[in-house]
Amino acid sequence: MSFVLSEDQQMLRDTALSFAADTLPVAYLRGQRDAGRQGADAASREQLAELGFYGVLIAEEFGGSEFGMVGMGQILEALGRTLAPSALIQSGVIAASAIGMAGSEAQKSEYLPKIASGEIVAALALDEGAHFAPAQVATEAESNGQGYTLTGGKRYVPNGHEADVFIIAARTFGEAGDAHGISLFLVPADAGGLSVQALNTVDSHGAAHLSLDGVTVGPDQLVGDADKASDILVPVLDRAAIAQAAEILGSVQAAFDMTLEYLQTRKQFGQLIGSFQGLQHRAAKMFTDLEMTRSCVAAALSAVDDGAGNISELASLAKAKASELVHLVSNETVQMHGGIGMTDEHDSGLYMKRARVQEALWGGTSYHRDRYGRLGGY
Amino acid sequence: MAFDEPAELEAFRAETRAWLEENCPPAMRTPMKDDEIVWGGKRETFKNPDAKIWLERMGEKGWTAPVWPAEYGGGGLSKAEARVLEQELRRIKARPPLFSFGLWMFGPALLEFGNHEQKLRFIPDIVKGKTRWCQGYSEPGAGSDLAGLMTKCEDKGDHWLINGQKVWTSYADQADWIFCLVRTDREKKHEGISFLVFDMESEGVEARPIKLISGSSPFCETFFNDVKVPKDQLVGELNKGWTIAKRLLQFERSSISAGGFGGTGGSGILGPEDYAKQHIGVDGEGRIADGDLRGRITDHKMYAKAFALTVARSQEQSKAGQEVGHTASILKYAAAKMNQDRHELLIEALGTEGLGWEGEGFDEGAMKATRGWLRSKGNSIEGGTSEINLNVIAKRVLGLKEHQ
Ligand SMILES: Cc1cc2nc3c(=O)[nH]c(=O)nc-3n(C[C@H](O)[C@H](O)[C@H](O)COP(=O)(O)OP(=O)(O)OC[C@H]3O[C@@H](n4cnc5c(N)ncnc54)[C@H](O)[C@@H]3O)c2cc1C
Repeated sequence: MSFVLSEDQQMLRDTALSFAADTLPVAYLRGQRDAGRQGADAASREQLAELGFYGVLIAEEFGGSEFGMVGMGQILEALGRTLAPSALIQSGVIAASAIGMAGSEAQKSEYLPKIASGEIVAALALDEGAHFAPAQVATEAESNGQGYTLTGGKRYVPNGHEADVFIIAARTFGEAGDAHGISLFLVPADAGGLSVQALNTVDSHGAAHLSLDGVTVGPDQLVGDADKASDILVPVLDRAAIAQAAEILGSVQAAFDMTLEYLQTRKQFGQLIGSFQGLQHRAAKMFTDLEMTRSCVAAALSAVDDGAGNISELASLAKAKASELVHLVSNETVQMHGGIGMTDEHDSGLYMKRARVQEALWGGTSYHRDRYGRLGGY
Repeated sequence: MAFDEPAELEAFRAETRAWLEENCPPAMRTPMKDDEIVWGGKRETFKNPDAKIWLERMGEKGWTAPVWPAEYGGGGLSKAEARVLEQELRRIKARPPLFSFGLWMFGPALLEFGNHEQKLRFIPDIVKGKTRWCQGYSEPGAGSDLAGLMTKCEDKGDHWLINGQKVWTSYADQADWIFCLVRTDREKKHEGISFLVFDMESEGVEARPIKLISGSSPFCETFFNDVKVPKDQLVGELNKGWTIAKRLLQFERSSISAGGFGGTGGSGILGPEDYAKQHIGVDGEGRIADGDLRGRITDHKMYAKAFALTVARSQEQSKAGQEVGHTASILKYAAAKMNQDRHELLIEALGTEGLGWEGEGFDEGAMKATRGWLRSKGNSIEGGTSEINLNVIAKRVLGLKEHQ
C-alpha cells in the first residue's frame, strides 16, 4: 500500500486539477442546468477522453493506458472539486472493469476502445428500487432458445440518459434477494423494447429510468457466465464505491475550502466569524474527519492496484466514511454561510444537492457500514 | 505489497532477524501483561526477569531509540532501517522493551535543544532505561493555559533556586528526574519561561500521589521547596523555554497517537464485538443480535481503521519529506475520541458484567475494562485537552484568527 503518489500519478493529478478548474468549473454545471440540460455534453466528454482519462483502467491493447486506480482516483477527485458531470465512473470504471475482467475477446475489442476514446458511454443498470441493493435484481432474463428475453425495469441509472450501451443485470435463476442467479447483458440503448426515461435530478447530473419490455439479446451479449454475475459485480462495485469516494473527497475539499475562506472574510459583531470558537471547533473536527477519510480513500485506491486481499473491506470503509463526511460538510457549508448559503446563486446548494446523490450511489453510509461489519464478522 | 528492497536493507533485515531470533527471550514474544510493563529507572523491579534481559540487550544496541545518534547511545539507524527493525519486531510479536517519557518526550526535545554535554549526560541513560523521567508542566493555576505557570526559579549565582508546585505529574513518585517548566521572568508571559531538569532526590522535592477515578494513583502533586539546581541543568537559553515546551508537547501528542494511551487496554480484555456477542447474543447469521449496538460498534471499528491508516499515511508522507503540519494535534484529538468510544462500547456491551469494581463475582478482564473506561476519560485531558487540540487545529492548521 502506498500513500505517496509517484511522479506520474502526481502529474496526472495536476493535469486533472487544472483541467477541472479551467474547463469544467462549477459554472459549467450551472450553465448546463440553466440551459435545461442534465449532465455533461459530448464535447466535454471528448476533452476528458483526449486527456486519456477514460482509458486509465483499460489495457493498452484496447486503447487504454492501464494507469490504474490510484490515477483514476486523482482524476475523479479533481472532477469532484468542481462538481463536474462526467460518465467516468460508469463508463471508465464500472463498464471498463466489468468488460475488461469478464468480457469475451469480441466484447473487449468492440467496446473497450470506444469507451477509452469517449466515443460511447456505457452504463451499468443494476438497481430496481430506491436503494442500492445488488442482490434485489428481479428483472427477468428468460432463455428463448437462441438467447434471452429481458423484462423488467431499472431505476435511477446514473448516466442512463446519455448511455449508448447498457450493462443490464437480470435474473437468469432464483429470485430477488439471491446473490446467485444474476447475469449481465450488453444492450444497446436503441434496442427494441428498451425505453429510456431521462430524469431531471436534484444535482443536475441527470440519470434515467429504464423499462425493458421483451428486449431480446443474443448469447454473445452475455458478459461472463450466466447466473454468476455476482463474481464480477463484487469487484466491480467495490471499484465503483472507491471511485465514488474519491469523487466525494474532491467535493468535500472544495466545499470545505470555500467555507474556510468565508470564515476568514465574513465579519459580524466586529469580528471575523472564524474567530468564534463554536465555529472553529466544528471546522477543526471536519478537517480531522477529512484527513482520516483521505487516508481511507488513498488506501482503497492503492489496494485495487496492488490486488490486495482486503479490497472489499477498504471499499466499504472508504465509501461509508466519505458519504458520512460529505453529508456533514455539505450541511455545514450551507449553515456557516448563513443566508447567502440558501441562495441559488451561491455554490453551497450545488454541493449539498450533489452530496446526497454521491451518498446514495453504489451504497450509502449505512449499507457500507453494515457490509464492513459483516466482513469483519460481527 | 510489491516493492524491491535495496540490497543494503535486505542485508540489514537478515542481520536484524538473526539478532532478534537470538536475543529476544521467548517470554518477550507473548502479549504484554499490564504488570510486566517496564518503565525503567532506579525503582524498576522487573517482575518478569526476561524483561530485564530484553531491555539490557536492546538498550545496548541503542534499539530502544533506533534513529537517535549512535554518539549518544542511540541506534544510529536510518529511517528505512528503523522501519525494517520495527517490522521485524512486529513479526515476532516482540514486546516493547521500554515505556518511557524519556524516549517519547524528553529525549527528542533534548536532542533538538540541548547542548553536547547535556546529551552525553542524559541520552544514553534514557536509551538504556536507567533513568526514569517525569514531566513537570501543569500547575494548579496553569493547565490549558500552561504559559501562566508560576513555579519560581531564581538565579543564585552558582545555582538555580526553585520554589512552587506542580500537579498531575504522572509517576512523579516513581521517577528519578524531572523536566520542568519554571518562571524566570515575571514581567513577561511566554518569554519568561525556562526549561530545567533536575534530580527528584534533590532536597526540597516532594511528590504526593493523587488517586484517580479508576482507583490507581499514577500521578502526583509535586512540591518544590528551596530546591537547588546546578547551573548547567538549564536546557536551551534562559527565558526561551516555551519553544522547547511546545515542541515537546508535539512529541508527546505524536507518541500518544502512535502508541495509544498508557494504562488502558491491555491483556485480558476482549473487543466490544466479542462482549456483545457473548452477553447479548447473535442472530441467525451469527451477527450481534442488537442491530443498533452493532452499528455503533462498526462505526467505531471503522474509525479505528481510518485512524490507523492516517497514522500510516502521515508516517509515510513524513518519510517522503512531505511533512503534514501539525498532524500531532489531529491525531491526538482522534486518538482520544477513539479510545474513549472503544471503552464506552466495552462497558455497554458488557452490561452489568462491566459494572464490577473488585473482588469475586466479576471476570478479571471485564473489571480491567471498567477501570480502563474510567482511565480513558483522561485521554481528552492529558497532553493538552481535546478543546485545546481543536483550537490548535483551527488556528495553526486552518489559519483561523484569534477572537479579539
Ligand atoms: C491522566 C493524566 C495525566 C497527566 N500527566 C501530566 C504530567 O505528567 N505532567 C503534567 O505536567 N501534566 C499532566 N497532566 C495534566 C494535563 O496536561 C492538564 O490536566 C491539562 O492540560 C488540562 O489542564 P487543567 O486540568 O488545568 O484543566 P483546565 O485548563 O482548567 O480546563 C478545564 C476545561 O476547560 C477547557 N478549556 C480551557 N481553556 C480552554 C479554551 N481556551 N478553549 C476551550 N476550552 C478550554 C478545557 O478543555 C477543559 O475542558 C495529566 C493529566 C491527566 C488527566
